[in-house]
Amino acid sequence: MNWTWFYKLGSPKWFYETANKLLPWFLWAGLLMLIVGTVWGLVFAPEDYQQGNSFRIIYLHVPSAILAQSCYMMMAVAAIISLVWKMKLADMFIASAAPIGAAFTFLALFTGAVWGKPTWGTWWVWDARLTAMLVLLFLYFGVIALRSALENIDLASRASAILVLVGVVNIPIIKYSVEWWNTLHQPATFTLTEKPAMPPEMWVPLLIMVVGMYCFFSAVALMRIKNEILLRERRTKWVQVIIAEEGKH
Amino acid sequence: MNFESFTEFLLMGGHGLYVWLSYGVGLFIIVLVYIQPILARRSIIQELSQRQRREAQNKASNEVNAQEITGGNE
Repeated sequence: MNWTWFYKLGSPKWFYETANKLLPWFLWAGLLMLIVGTVWGLVFAPEDYQQGNSFRIIYLHVPSAILAQSCYMMMAVAAIISLVWKMKLADMFIASAAPIGAAFTFLALFTGAVWGKPTWGTWWVWDARLTAMLVLLFLYFGVIALRSALENIDLASRASAILVLVGVVNIPIIKYSVEWWNTLHQPATFTLTEKPAMPPEMWVPLLIMVVGMYCFFSAVALMRIKNEILLRERRTKWVQVIIAEEGKH
Repeated sequence: MNFESFTEFLLMGGHGLYVWLSYGVGLFIIVLVYIQPILARRSIIQELSQRQRREAQNKASNEVNAQEITGGNE
């Protein structure tokens, strides 16, 4: 296997240029899929025989909840890389992804509450799934706060990487909480081993939304990492050239 | 098409408030997450290019000063 890509990742310049090439693809594919999935889910998908039309919230709730968790897992992988190899880009990813993860965790909680009201009769219950999701939101807030509190960049990167790794405990709790404990929350829509308990005209738009959400996440994460690179590599010649070029306008 | 009319689509079988509240906040979050890095980039470029100009000015005026000093010594 060719490992040069791993070493290239150590070069912010190479990453910046690659991000520029990838960005439009992720952005437009993501937006297109989010629009198609939303229209399909809101207008064309049949209504649920029990929940009626409130079930359409699923097309926003499930993709943002999936993204909220996998964003955290990606940050955990980056945290290991950042701690072991001291790779700057891994740390930049943690700094860039945390606010996006927080936004989608909030969205998952909010849409969940709004969906819960007509379905369960309550906005909120302190059950394992919902509480663990709230803990996830606070973990994201913790990473953001830690980074803005610590001026020293090496200290900030080490501290936030450790916090991210400690918080990983929370992820399997979110995932398996609906199986381990009694809860109002319904079990997962998508599993690797079983067919969805929905007809295709319901789950296909959901799958489009999930993939679209990943693409959108990749695009905004790349935008944020590019900003981090400009700030942290501002002394290098190639960043100075970009600044001189774009600062004119 | 799952709905007979546009009004029916808006009402969502009595669940309109919940559905549209969710999607409204969803749109808001997506727009926010997208706009934030664009604004951040703009202010980073502005700040760094100001600094760049200031440093270039300092360098230029230092050279002038140096010339004046050596000129005076002669």
